[in-house]
Amino acid sequence: MASRFEVCLAGQGGQGLILAGLILAEAAVLDGKNATMTQSYGAEQRGGASHSEVIISDGDIDYPRVLKTDLLVALSQEAFDNFHHEVKKEGIILTDSHLVEKKSGDGLIALPIVETAKGAAGSGAASNMVALGLIAGLTKIVSCKALHKAIDARSPRGTQRSNRWAFKAGFDLAKTISPKAKRKA
Amino acid sequence: MPDNQKPRLMQGNEAVAEGALAAGIGFYAGYPISPANEISSILSARLPRKGGIFLQMEDEIASIAAVIGASLGGARAATATSGPGFSLMQENIGYAVAAEIPCVVINVQRAGPSTGQPTSPSQGDVMQSRWGTHGDHPIIVLCPSSVIECYLITLRAFNLAEKYRIPVIILMDEVVGHLRERVELPPPEEVVARPKPTVPPEWYFPYDEAAGLVPPLVSFGEGYRYHVTGLYHDIAGFPTQREDEIEPWFERLFEKIEANREDIIQVDEEAMEDAEVALVAYGAPVRSARHALRLAREEGKAVGLIKLLTLWPFPEARIAKLGHQVKKIIVPEMNRGQMVLEVQRVVAGRRPVIGVNRVGGQMVSPYQILELLEA
Amino acid sequence: MEHKRAEEHHYLRTQKKFPTVWCPGCGIGIVLGGIIRAVADLRLDKDKVAMVSGIGCTGRMPVYVDFYGMHTTHGRALAYATGLKLARPELTVLVVMGDGDALAIGGNHFIHAARRNLDLTAIVVNNCVYGMTGGQYSPATPTSAIATTAPYGHIEQPFDIANLAVAAGASLVARTTVYHALEMERLIGRAIQKKGFSVVEILSNCHIHYGKMNRMSTAVEMLRWFRDKTVPIASLQKEQGAGKIGRGMLVDRELPEYYEAYQKLVQVAQKGA
Repeated sequence: MASRFEVCLAGQGGQGLILAGLILAEAAVLDGKNATMTQSYGAEQRGGASHSEVIISDGDIDYPRVLKTDLLVALSQEAFDNFHHEVKKEGIILTDSHLVEKKSGDGLIALPIVETAKGAAGSGAASNMVALGLIAGLTKIVSCKALHKAIDARSPRGTQRSNRWAFKAGFDLAKTISPKAKRKA
Repeated sequence: MPDNQKPRLMQGNEAVAEGALAAGIGFYAGYPISPANEISSILSARLPRKGGIFLQMEDEIASIAAVIGASLGGARAATATSGPGFSLMQENIGYAVAAEIPCVVINVQRAGPSTGQPTSPSQGDVMQSRWGTHGDHPIIVLCPSSVIECYLITLRAFNLAEKYRIPVIILMDEVVGHLRERVELPPPEEVVARPKPTVPPEWYFPYDEAAGLVPPLVSFGEGYRYHVTGLYHDIAGFPTQREDEIEPWFERLFEKIEANREDIIQVDEEAMEDAEVALVAYGAPVRSARHALRLAREEGKAVGLIKLLTLWPFPEARIAKLGHQVKKIIVPEMNRGQMVLEVQRVVAGRRPVIGVNRVGGQMVSPYQILELLEA
Repeated sequence: MEHKRAEEHHYLRTQKKFPTVWCPGCGIGIVLGGIIRAVADLRLDKDKVAMVSGIGCTGRMPVYVDFYGMHTTHGRALAYATGLKLARPELTVLVVMGDGDALAIGGNHFIHAARRNLDLTAIVVNNCVYGMTGGQYSPATPTSAIATTAPYGHIEQPFDIANLAVAAGASLVARTTVYHALEMERLIGRAIQKKGFSVVEILSNCHIHYGKMNRMSTAVEMLRWFRDKTVPIASLQKEQGAGKIGRGMLVDRELPEYYEAYQKLVQVAQKGA
């Protein structure tokens, strides 16, 4: 069976993690891979828990939901609590060091994602782009070139540059992680 | 390669809209409802660009009624909804069956009954899609399990509706409707045009069995001033209570579908040559089943998959064969077991037929299916 | 008159569909005559007219006219007609409905059709009762009237159909009765010509059910009631307090017609594409 790389992006509505999932899946398709993306839908149009799931594979993807997570991005305590136990032993849990207070586990990488976004793009709203940069730096599951293209295509007019900066900041932030932690991906 | 044929990530509901556009849709009417809303949104932007009509009506009853009216006016017409709206449409779906007016009804199923879970998947409307409207009647129901199938089945639904003068229901589920995956749309193909009558208006009878199992339907506005009704009618379309006029019509209404089962029914199969266990699935559970199949095959287990793309008329001939072909049949569904009853009926006790069910808004897990292989 | 009768026959079905399903003396026949004469006066091409109806006595009208005929489901005639008109904007679409059909089961479609203002002509034959099912009370049954399902007298208030259409946004709204056949013919003609959604409410007699239960058991008695109960709208003010019903044109106004607005939308969409 072709290998699956399973990503869960979880947090609160408004953090842009659904969009991040969409961009990740679109970038995988640009790389010539197969990808599926699903998302949780609540009645709330803003706020509330929210998550998206992305499966990336070189082969066919039948079951489009996460079975065992390779990479969890958890940007709220609730998201961490709900999803961290579904992560594979050798998987990565990427969280924000400030937003998620109670955290532990193998493969845990806690970084100041929101602060980095504020610094790079002037707004915490670009946290999703920082997360994408981190995913690119930590996993190589999608190419930076494809991510750039997908981000540009999905960025509203006037936000392309700041989104790129945030992405770059995330990518650079990944370099500060020890090779041991990276190898898990 | 044209832009819209390049590989890209597409959502199931979006692919339905693309399929409808490829099929030459000229009229769409709908009412907001999750999880079908994307279809309306996309068509509200795309239809006016090609001069077609997009209309948001006051409810689902008005939506299907407007669709049937537009179809009688010659437009390829469709509506999309979910469970509660599908319930509201039933009476008028029956009208389209009786008056033999082509139309396409998309139901992106959500969990029910009642308001249920608007954004969670279910396959609770399988029997409703067959028997939802009152009275004995035939129907065509198609069911996609992937984004590309959403496109292809929608295209096919419009063609079947025209070819057989019948409403065609596309029974989707929230998983398939909201799923985004990589697709490459095929180049557009020719669509089935409404056949034109070869006789002048005074010799035209819209319900005349002498004109074949599916007499040609002339659109209103083309000089054939006939009458259409939901009452039992004679060959000219006027109400009748005469049994000698009703019976041939009723017979033909069913026969036009029965005699064309081979053309209408689509079933795909995978790894069935040596299979000892057959998984029979439709919609999202196809994906759970195929995942389970691959894991099982890696362990050397002889498992095969029958995918139903046409639910109604039920693919009886293929399913009946399973009664002689395999040792066990498993039917995964996101309901308490609806299609499993049909499979059991057709297999007629020759082999065990077991349902795997999940309700409450989650997909059937591949592991639920694998567990049954052990048993 | 002879000449006019020939014209009327031109618009009736040549297949032997007569006599009609309606009871002898039923007002719907007078409405049918009024519609035919209005269409004849306008010299409409039969190939360019569709009649859409719902369920009930009035619903049977398309059988008798030589137009495209659509006898739809109960209450939904306006929704069907909306689809047909948008698919075939060149057709004159006449929608005939009873009061129960248009205002009870079809009430939602009625107000939204008026609001949308698509160029349809709605003719509401108001006989204050459900005739075909045996005389049950309708949304137009007057308070205190007797009906099969109101044996102690009706306790609800009726809709003022014409004023409801005015409030909902119809371009043209008129009211008349089958007693005032010439006025009816004229108002229907004007309604057909009007670009936009138009409503003609026509008080009509069901002496078999409504009349019999309410001390007017012949058609003539009911026609007298229409004659005495109604006055031209202009003289309504003078008669205030006498419980009279106004006849004539309630509104005839210029409002954006839906299909014209849609055509503009198409231009915008195509420019942006």
